[in-house]
Amino acid sequence: MKEILFLSGKGGTGKTTICAALASLWEKPKVIADVDVDASNLPLLLSPRLLSQSPFQAGWEPVRDEGKCTGCGTCREKCRFGAIGEDLTIDPFDCEGCGVCAWFCPEEAIVMKEKEVGKIFLSETPYGPLVHAELYPGEENSGKLVVEVKRRARLLAEEQGLDFILIDGSPGIGCPVIASLSGVSVCILVAEPTLSGLHDLKRLAALLRHFKIPGYLIINKADLAPEMSSELLNSAEREGLSFLGSIPYDPEVFECLRLGQPLPLVSKGPASKALLEINGHVYKNIVGGGEQ
Amino acid sequence: MASGKGGTGKTTLAVALAQAFGARLLDADVEEPNAHLFLKPALSVEEEVYRMVPSVDESRCTFCGKCKEICRFKAITTLPGTVLVFPEMCHGCYGCLEVCPEGCIEEGQVLLGRLYFGKAQGIELAYGVLEVGEPMASPLIKALKERFLGRDGLQIIDCPPGTSCAVLTAVRGADFCLLVTEPTPFGLHDLRQAARAVRTLGVPAGVIVNRAGLDYPELYPFLEKEGLPLLLEIPNRREIAEAYARGEGLLAVMPELKSSFEKLLEEIRR
Repeated sequence: MKEILFLSGKGGTGKTTICAALASLWEKPKVIADVDVDASNLPLLLSPRLLSQSPFQAGWEPVRDEGKCTGCGTCREKCRFGAIGEDLTIDPFDCEGCGVCAWFCPEEAIVMKEKEVGKIFLSETPYGPLVHAELYPGEENSGKLVVEVKRRARLLAEEQGLDFILIDGSPGIGCPVIASLSGVSVCILVAEPTLSGLHDLKRLAALLRHFKIPGYLIINKADLAPEMSSELLNSAEREGLSFLGSIPYDPEVFECLRLGQPLPLVSKGPASKALLEINGHVYKNIVGGGEQ
Repeated sequence: MASGKGGTGKTTLAVALAQAFGARLLDADVEEPNAHLFLKPALSVEEEVYRMVPSVDESRCTFCGKCKEICRFKAITTLPGTVLVFPEMCHGCYGCLEVCPEGCIEEGQVLLGRLYFGKAQGIELAYGVLEVGEPMASPLIKALKERFLGRDGLQIIDCPPGTSCAVLTAVRGADFCLLVTEPTPFGLHDLRQAARAVRTLGVPAGVIVNRAGLDYPELYPFLEKEGLPLLLEIPNRREIAEAYARGEGLLAVMPELKSSFEKLLEEIRR
């Protein structure tokens, strides 16, 4: 089974638009997954029909039995996150759910309760089954939710005998991105030719090297800054990324977002043409096997 | 300055606002900090930030397993004759140090990231850079704010995208949150999430619409329904995108924005 993950470092470079386009162009049956759990946008382009949903629990929160509490303050002393105030109220934003307060409470007045942090959805789309999720705003444990979405996508692929999983990832290089990398065969990085785009791509490429995952590069809106695009290309070469192609700035991309459809289905414009070509390269270089 | 969706123009606007008012700017997007690329500050402070991870003296360890028992993050485990620590899982709660009957666990350190501070183009910039491979951004954002958030004068915090704990760590304690969005279905979807997240903190919020003019009218009734004031619109123009690509600031392309910023600030104060 091959897992192909779309990442970008910088947000808003076009990961989701490109992932949806390739999902619509791929003829091979596959599972699609959206692991950008705090800004899950891929479903907005894939006309999903929800089949099932389930709550997701991760982490713990301390719950105090005020009847048992003697106000001794041991919990406050032991908490390293400053989550317990002078009046011993527990601040959910500062609490990491480590349970040290509960462990040391002499009255056993604190119990750790499992916490619901989000929901996982299974949908069907015209392009294949889609596993996606929603992290409740402000929650921690986005990494664990990412891992669970991926686990379910793999199970589904195994059950249905599908060889590919296309995964839309999150921006950044922290917890959710690191969680999304486990078990991935190749990463397709989407960068834009800007100062920020170049900087963020380098950090993302360093992360891929750290985890020894081969990376490919797509440059989006390449014609906005041709010089910066060639710098991106040079940088990609130095960072060991293979180039899959460029997509020009095309106002029709906005139309595809507005209509909620993958770009190749609603446009024959320059961006759509570029994606057709890129899809060919993806087939040859990644699907076909020679990912080195 | 927060957004939900990435790439809506947070950093561009944060830099322009800080420049317009001579404010201090904190770039709290420690995973992918960008403000310094535009401002090119002359750095006067560079500090390393470490986080605690347990360091076990196995010669005194009896492998009783108490440390493994207290750890909810599966960051430490005992096997016959050895103790394994997984630093990337550790949240630094000190539970294992506290519980070890032999006192053979000590504070170890892992480099979490670096903090930088400097002056550029008349403003002060502080930013954090998370070490590549480190999963947790929130502790570094916390350290950045503790170290460099000034008490007086206007302070602008540029947040990471999304709505998770890192964003809330950045927004928490702010007097006002500017949510930057764009009139697209993605922009609206992520704004909805971000507005909910900010609301849990009790921080008042208003909206800046970037790339205004894209034909997606659905955004505006949402703002009205949620009671989110529309404070500023930046038009969707290719030359703005091109200037940004070259690393030029928003005020260089649209000097007329300065007076809009003044109105924006006035409205926030009201």
